[in-house]
Amino acid sequence: MNEIKKTALYDVHVSAGGKMVDFSGWSLPIHYGSQIKEHHAVRNGAGLFDVSHMTILDCDGELIEDYLRRLLANDVSVLELNDALYSVLLNEQGGVIDDLIVYRLRDGYRLVTNASTRDKVLPWLRSQNLEGIAIEERGLAMIAVQGPDAVRLMNRWHQQTNFESLSSFSSVEIDQALVARTGYTGEDGFEVMLPEERAADFWHFLVEQGAEPAGLGARDTLRLEAGLNLYGHEMDDETNPLAANLGWTIKWKPEDREFIGRQALEQMDKNVEEGLFGLVLEGKGVLRQGQRVLTSQGDGRVTSGSYGPTINCSIALARLPKSAKGNCEVEIRGKLVSSRIVALPFVRRGKLLVDLA
Amino acid sequence: MSEVPIELGFAPTHEWAKQDEEGLIVVGISDHAQDALGDIVYVEMPEVGQQILAGEEAGVVESVKAASDIYAPVSGTVEEVNEALDDSPETVNQDPYGDGWFFKLRANDDRELDELLDADAYKELCESEEH
Repeated sequence: MNEIKKTALYDVHVSAGGKMVDFSGWSLPIHYGSQIKEHHAVRNGAGLFDVSHMTILDCDGELIEDYLRRLLANDVSVLELNDALYSVLLNEQGGVIDDLIVYRLRDGYRLVTNASTRDKVLPWLRSQNLEGIAIEERGLAMIAVQGPDAVRLMNRWHQQTNFESLSSFSSVEIDQALVARTGYTGEDGFEVMLPEERAADFWHFLVEQGAEPAGLGARDTLRLEAGLNLYGHEMDDETNPLAANLGWTIKWKPEDREFIGRQALEQMDKNVEEGLFGLVLEGKGVLRQGQRVLTSQGDGRVTSGSYGPTINCSIALARLPKSAKGNCEVEIRGKLVSSRIVALPFVRRGKLLVDLA
Repeated sequence: MSEVPIELGFAPTHEWAKQDEEGLIVVGISDHAQDALGDIVYVEMPEVGQQILAGEEAGVVESVKAASDIYAPVSGTVEEVNEALDDSPETVNQDPYGDGWFFKLRANDDRELDELLDADAYKELCESEEH
């Protein structure tokens, strides 16, 4: 029986009243009192997330670009130094092994992959390593600073850097930290990778400046409102990425780039029958993963569901027939409850995009 | 350690019950239960007039992360439900023993109240569940 893993901020979370849970083998706070309050704090100010459970892999070698252009469905050759992109890692059948962000650094590339897939992804990357790439798992801490106040707080932390001007999906090295303008909340923000021994000081400094610690619960409701996929829900090893709003991450050109999964996807009908949609519950209850969705265009399933604090009702992501639209019904504990199919995202930069009339 | 008022009776399924001035049995969920559930966003009540037996499903409480059934701690007929929870389900988190009450029953047999766990026994149950 493996012992649960602790991040560098474990003691900080416990002292702050964090309700600790087992998340893919890591002890992390689901909230510090109220996940709804923490959600609002991110949309209205700034929240802090300990995301040190994610797997950080530094990869380098003479043929590193060849390796990554073969393994990833997105194309790293477009990346300038310090830029990043979001990609899926496909298997030979075109199914999704993981989703990740890859950063181009001075020496090679950094991959940040999910904690839940670590035991599958590491062996895969190593077994596919025909190019003799050095793959090093880094024991860094990672903290996300998210919300409209994120820039202001980061400026307090390091005045010499113009954080406002850092482009989305771009990064900058500050001392031993890598600061990227990325996030998983639909708000402005940064993700900071830094040595474990500096994590607590960084966290405390930002809390003193007004950032609110936020747990896994808020992280999930924020990303759901932002229409962002979660591995294991919207996609998994058996999912065609084209049915999961991931078509935009697949770079088909140049036609001679043989990335793993390309052939399988090309052989399948590129006009996939299903798509990923948003649902807004109009009746009472909570939408949850696995519930059946009945539309006039055919049945589907909820892939992620919860309550959206900013929208103030239950919302979900669902895989439905591609032509689905309008009203539908969701089977909630045996009862059919009325819902509405909407385009994603539900919320962007604190603004409600969904018409709740 | 969560709050456990001594004047209440508790079911092992984490509901509490007490008799009010009108002789009705008021039912809610314990502080331990609301804490375990997290932020509550929806409460499904029994119907007024519904007859329920002790141990039967009487409703559902949904938090952001999970749904949990509510069981009637004693048998009776539902006389009143707390409609304020429709608009403010978070009241259950904030005041589980007061304004967060769920429904009131006219009990078939008041003596069923005596069969519930007292505060100490309930505290022990919670502690044993945690380990």
